[in-house]
Amino acid sequence: MSRSDDLWGRLAALTPARIGLGRAGNGLPTREVLHFGLAHAEARDAVHAPMDAAAVAGAVEALGLRSVAVASRAPDRATYLRRPDHGRRLSEKGAAALAAAAGAPVDLALVVADGLSARAVHENAAGLVAAFLPYAEKAGWSLAPVVVAEQARVALGDAIGAALRARAVAVLIGERPGLSSPDSLGIYLTFDPKPGRSDAERNCISNVRAAGLPQTEAAFRLSWLLGQALARGLTGVNLKDESDRALEQAEAQVQLPADRNG
Amino acid sequence: MGYRHVVGQRTHAFADLATLMAKATPVRSGDRLAGIAAESAEENMAARWCLAEVPLAEILARPLIPYEADDVTRLILDGHDAGAFAEIAHLTVGDFRDFLLAASSETLARIAPGVTPEIAAAVSKIMRNQDLILVARKARVVTRFRNTIGLPGTLAARLQPNHPTDDPAGITASILDGLSYGCGDAVIGINPASDSLQALGKLLHLLDDVIRRLDIPTQGCVLTHITTTIEAMNRGWPVDLPFQSIAGTQAANASFGVTLPMLKEAREAALALKRGSLGDNVMYFETGQGSALSADAHHGIDQQTLEARAYAVARAYEPLLVNTVVGFIGPEYLYDGKEIIRAGLEDHFCGKLMGVPLGCDVCYTNHAEADQDDMDTLLTLLGAAGCTYIMGVPGADDIMLNYQSTSFHDALYVREVLGLRRAPEFEAWLARIGLADETGSLLPGDGGLRLLEAAPGLAA
Repeated sequence: MSRSDDLWGRLAALTPARIGLGRAGNGLPTREVLHFGLAHAEARDAVHAPMDAAAVAGAVEALGLRSVAVASRAPDRATYLRRPDHGRRLSEKGAAALAAAAGAPVDLALVVADGLSARAVHENAAGLVAAFLPYAEKAGWSLAPVVVAEQARVALGDAIGAALRARAVAVLIGERPGLSSPDSLGIYLTFDPKPGRSDAERNCISNVRAAGLPQTEAAFRLSWLLGQALARGLTGVNLKDESDRALEQAEAQVQLPADRNG
Repeated sequence: MGYRHVVGQRTHAFADLATLMAKATPVRSGDRLAGIAAESAEENMAARWCLAEVPLAEILARPLIPYEADDVTRLILDGHDAGAFAEIAHLTVGDFRDFLLAASSETLARIAPGVTPEIAAAVSKIMRNQDLILVARKARVVTRFRNTIGLPGTLAARLQPNHPTDDPAGITASILDGLSYGCGDAVIGINPASDSLQALGKLLHLLDDVIRRLDIPTQGCVLTHITTTIEAMNRGWPVDLPFQSIAGTQAANASFGVTLPMLKEAREAALALKRGSLGDNVMYFETGQGSALSADAHHGIDQQTLEARAYAVARAYEPLLVNTVVGFIGPEYLYDGKEIIRAGLEDHFCGKLMGVPLGCDVCYTNHAEADQDDMDTLLTLLGAAGCTYIMGVPGADDIMLNYQSTSFHDALYVREVLGLRRAPEFEAWLARIGLADETGSLLPGDGGLRLLEAAPGLAA
């Protein structure tokens, strides 16, 4: 089939999706089959790459924050993949480290967790924390030491938040790598964290990465959700993310006086 | 009451029906994770021998989760059609397998309201893959909104144009690509990256606009939480199909933030909009083995049986579409290609036996031991089994949800190999607009250009 290069070149520039591939009979052309196979090979390799916890802690501390390193009860990647229950519980050593680090109650505990993509953490976590700090400062939110967690699932944040006496926990975690996005970070915000919280009690901001949701916008959304969560005492399906509208209103307010002056 | 089966010198004992069903299930990682899988190959087969001798009436009489404790159990038992069940009430699970292999399509349609999810799951456990295919192929379920889905000899496809930031131009580009390959008769369904109400509103209007401008006999859906969709309907936004992920226990549904009254409310609100030109099937549900265990809401029951219970939830709301997202949840529930293929066939069989319009997201994640060859195998088997619909994702790569599914090309492949047609109204539209001939084969030339001739402003 002949494809209009002009049309599909223009459309393909609008999305990272694999569009305009053409066809050989009803199948994919050879080069697309090989592109796909290579991308899958790279994603498979990415799942198994370990997080550089020391480098992540160093980047967080460079922002003027303290950090604590913990691990889940999954001792290695193979166990982590088959036993999510181990990834949701703190190792004994990790629990002890948090007990030692816990101080007075705080508004928020930030957790940086490897999840299924260490690369996502390496490329996005410190920048996101840096973009979030001005919002925390402006709102006067108190922060626990940032926890860097290895072999961690989202729900490990519940145990961490409870141990640090935090009113809310935000888990910044590597999402499962896609073929086109081995570097995607997710943020899970949970009010009143404690073991046993369900996923319906969390708010999620997904796809934080260079080609996805920018770190600055993710930081704004997190601060908006946290403000709502602390004011209303909840997160989850009953807290709708209307940060878009807040953002639009903020922009409109900035523009209005300018229009009047002009 | 316990069950036992003797193999040579050894007696295998099973404490109750839930244990027996778990041990009889073809072994998979999720049941191992839950600590309920058979511990040897012999125990697995002993449980199947034992299960084959259990009367269907006994399964009906012994709910796996107590009636008082779980609203899905109440839904199953309160809605059970004793008249339809009477025809199979005298059978054991083993007899029922034999009955199904010989039954006509009419017989299967007649007994469907009498088949509980536990009965469907039990018989599936003693069936081989070829049995699951053969019986499912005979069980036809036809639904309608703006077209007719599920007719014999057809397979529909959902056009899934997801975008990592919900960018309207990017989503429209993927929709045009999919339509140019003749994909989208099941639904054009977007998984939004954002769960905000404003983002939902934009996407609902985008879908409504594309479908109306090209005059496509299909429906649109934004797959967001049901409470958000109810709010969208309250605001007067154009909702065709309310969507919700559902599971087989009350506690698992609670972990999704969903209750049965919410589903009823959404269905009634969608019906009141009267947007379906051909029929009143307005709901879209997704399910998947492992969701209850993942929510710690499994009651010691195996994940395949719980999955069938989710179809009982779906059945109560007369959905247009239901699909298992079979390999999405990850290797801790279905470890590799073999487990995913088996689960896809089981899910499709159980849904169809219960009278549910079951499709399948033939898929896997990058942390599972599976690849596109495994998906080709499952796709071909499901095509043979009469699967209601599959997914059409550009290049099989979902750039928002980060997993691999089936592509627009895969849908063309399975149509060519198995001679499967699209929903007739949609296929007539493809011919009308000049994308396909009267047999549904794509015409040479660039379909994208033809679509833009029909709706010039779309790619602007």
